[in-house]
Amino acid sequence: MSIDFATLAAILAMAAATMLTRVGGLFLIRYVSLEGSRRKAIESIPPAVLMAVVAPTAFATGIAETIACAVTAFAAFRLPMLVSVALGVACVAVLRALGM
Amino acid sequence: MKSKVFDVNENARLLDFLGGMRAIAPLIAAVIPIGLVFGAVAATKGLTPAEAGLMSALVFAGGSQFVAMDIWTHPASWTGVGFAALLVNIRHVLMSASLGTRMQAFGPGSRYLSMLFLADEIWAMAEFRAKAARLTPAWFAGLVAPFYLAWIVSGVAGAALGAFLGDPVVLGLDFAFPAVFIVLVMGFWKGPETGAVLFASGAAAVLTQHFVPGVWYIAAGALAGLLAAVAAGSRRSVEAAS
Repeated sequence: MSIDFATLAAILAMAAATMLTRVGGLFLIRYVSLEGSRRKAIESIPPAVLMAVVAPTAFATGIAETIACAVTAFAAFRLPMLVSVALGVACVAVLRALGM
Repeated sequence: MKSKVFDVNENARLLDFLGGMRAIAPLIAAVIPIGLVFGAVAATKGLTPAEAGLMSALVFAGGSQFVAMDIWTHPASWTGVGFAALLVNIRHVLMSASLGTRMQAFGPGSRYLSMLFLADEIWAMAEFRAKAARLTPAWFAGLVAPFYLAWIVSGVAGAALGAFLGDPVVLGLDFAFPAVFIVLVMGFWKGPETGAVLFASGAAAVLTQHFVPGVWYIAAGALAGLLAAVAAGSRRSVEAAS
């Protein structure tokens, strides 16, 4: 269980960069007021970020992933999260096994 | 009398903590296979289980950890992986600005402390909670504690087990996180304006990912979605004025 010095330095650099981004937003909103239309814009951040993360998987990876994303999204209208996610995972596994 | 009040507060805090744990449970089921895969990949790059565990504990951001493994060199380049982590995680600036407006129940110190644990899944569940109820430090801690532990332990286990693990792609387990994010996106639906945000974000992310190497697509998509919301907001205020 040894730790290499260059590896430690790399881990610390990654940790510092990540921490900077995580407290950065909190620091910013101390100096920018968030009323009216800005409030609306802030409220759009969660769906905008989540969509940006999943879009390449949903639309530009393969047919199996695109279909499984659609199945998950429809399931989410009526079913609990865990069930919807399990459906999506099962769907993608089956479609990949079929060679899609 | 005084101690009774104290007991009630303690009780409420415990209930909040357990509520947070319950909310994060499905994501823990999803994160364990991802952590195992991260550890196994790290082992193939020459990291020891201790190093993989240290990275998971200090960085605690799956996306940037996988990217770091992708570009890992010997000896490790701290500038290379450090800059990559900054780029992959730049979305956290938006996420922390957004969640920061929901933390009225947090003291100044505990706001910054909480933000250090702002992994995507933690953030998404916290935003989701804040829509329906007051987000409390105890509830947030209930999200973080088990998820953080699961991420570290599964990473160490993956590095130790290495090649014994099967291929997660065949089992579809790599799809667990996209699926969770899709369920959460559906939960943020508020009407046509959300549709415009999602369309702008999705289109910009796909286009950027196609033409620009690396992970700029996340920042590009998030920014495009934000701009769409700003545009919709200013159009609405013009209509209201005329």
